[in-house]
Amino acid sequence: MTGPRAQAGEWLRERIAVAVSEFTAATALVVLFAVLCFASPHFLTADNLFNIGSQTAVIAIIAVAQTIVIITKGIDLSVGSVAALAGVMGAIVVRDLGFSVWTAALVAIAVGTLAGLANGVLITYAQLPPFIATLGMMSVGRGLVFIVTGAVGVYSLPESFQLIGNGVIAGIPFAVVVTAIVALAAGYLLSESRFGQHVYAMGSNLEAARRAGVPVRRNLIAVYALAGSLVGLGGMIAASRVSSGQPNYGIGLELDVIAAAVIGGASLFGGQGRIAGTIIGAFLIALVRNGSVLLGINIHYQQVIVGLIIWAAVYFDQYRRRRLETRV
Amino acid sequence: MSADAPVLEARGIVKRFGHVEALRGANLTVGRGEVVALIGDNGAGKSTLIKVLSGVHQPDAGEILISGRSVQFASPVDARREGVETVYQDLAVADDLSVAANLYLGREIMRRGPLGRLGLLDKRAMRRGAAEALEQLGVAIPRVTTPTGLLSGGQRQSVAVARAVVWATDVVILDEPTAALGVVQTRRVLELVARVRDAGMSVVLVSHNMPQVLEVADRVEVMRLGRRTARFAAGEASTDDLVAAMTGALSTEPDDDADPPL
Repeated sequence: MTGPRAQAGEWLRERIAVAVSEFTAATALVVLFAVLCFASPHFLTADNLFNIGSQTAVIAIIAVAQTIVIITKGIDLSVGSVAALAGVMGAIVVRDLGFSVWTAALVAIAVGTLAGLANGVLITYAQLPPFIATLGMMSVGRGLVFIVTGAVGVYSLPESFQLIGNGVIAGIPFAVVVTAIVALAAGYLLSESRFGQHVYAMGSNLEAARRAGVPVRRNLIAVYALAGSLVGLGGMIAASRVSSGQPNYGIGLELDVIAAAVIGGASLFGGQGRIAGTIIGAFLIALVRNGSVLLGINIHYQQVIVGLIIWAAVYFDQYRRRRLETRV
Repeated sequence: MSADAPVLEARGIVKRFGHVEALRGANLTVGRGEVVALIGDNGAGKSTLIKVLSGVHQPDAGEILISGRSVQFASPVDARREGVETVYQDLAVADDLSVAANLYLGREIMRRGPLGRLGLLDKRAMRRGAAEALEQLGVAIPRVTTPTGLLSGGQRQSVAVARAVVWATDVVILDEPTAALGVVQTRRVLELVARVRDAGMSVVLVSHNMPQVLEVADRVEVMRLGRRTARFAAGEASTDDLVAAMTGALSTEPDDDADPPL
């Protein structure tokens, strides 16, 4: 019936099916890249690619955080506010306390983790729906960032503050290196660890996971705290890129990162989502933005194009799933 | 602890939800290697009793005994630790997880050494173990890496039952395992129940299907209004007897007054 060879063949087919799920978005990414190479002489230049890489780094890191949350059937609307708060706090400790940029990054990550912990506790212990818990945090975070800054940006930072956002290692933007490490670690965590397995299980069937002995509360708090820490890191990189702490940073960011995750195959119904897909989604959005600028397309059309991509990506993904279901 | 004590026994279980008394001194006896069908009309308290026996609900009064030893289940994990595995009606499996991942959910095999302590899974060992377990139970699943949601209803239910059987040491509780299944799929699950019994395990089968109950069960216990009202050996009872007991026309149990004190 199922000899080892047949098993291996089946296994291979499964792998291909998984690859195909990222195929639509990946193909779109490659095609868009190719088109832009021909359409604009400025696209395929070291400067521009460097720029795209560091621009996308922040969105990609925060989209990774959002993906982990979405897999649990949750949502984090507070990412923009928390990123702003973390970035501003990072800038303040450098300006007022003379911290190094690296210590400031740790402070930013701590701020994000605390916000994430609060989200997690509100969701598990106060049993607020994730949408409501993080909607509240979105407002609280934005309020706090205006309170601590007096609604004025944090400037007069040393040159070294830009290291994280604009620094270069071996010709590659430091922020891109950090993004790659975050993405690889998160992908490995989700697919190879027990924690990752439980993240998918909780999003797929929370009650079944609970009854199977999965520590649901502890895991959910860990998920939101982990997401918060990545949001804090992203906020620090964003602040470093502009060499200031901006209280207005990240308004609407939650929609960008949710779009990246969804384009990459994450399901808002939980249980599905992959880091590789999310990274592709983040770069697809970034290329649309960058290409529009290079080709002189009106900025408002960018929004329309991103919206069309979201529809198309999810439509093709559902189509693929239906075909897979009828085949098995 | 004695060898002839029932594997699982519930005595005088009371469970209230607010002012509603779902269980009013319910009893259940399950002998070793026995398939006991638990039947009753809707609202008779079957599901509540199952949830008490599997640790989902905590009883307000009464006693649960495993092989004659009194136990308390604060959570489903406690019940499983005592060798009682339950397949719930509708929320048995996580559809997005593979068959292997579902079989090992909550009891994953970790890698050896420090990598395992860091929380890394031994996926290969789980794939192998799942394939072996399913083959032993005669459950035909094309491959254990398939997401469970892509399987047919019968296959999914078989995975849920297999998962319980693999880990149970004493008792498997099945809550309406065939309610949503077609004829052929139902047959498969019932065959699986028989194999489980033949392997020396006890089975509690909650069901509405009288012919099915009489076919597969060794004994039948009937619940009505939150307590046991009748017990039959499967060979002695007809469908009419079971229906009579479910509706209150027939009772083989002592009167209310003689029941264990509430």
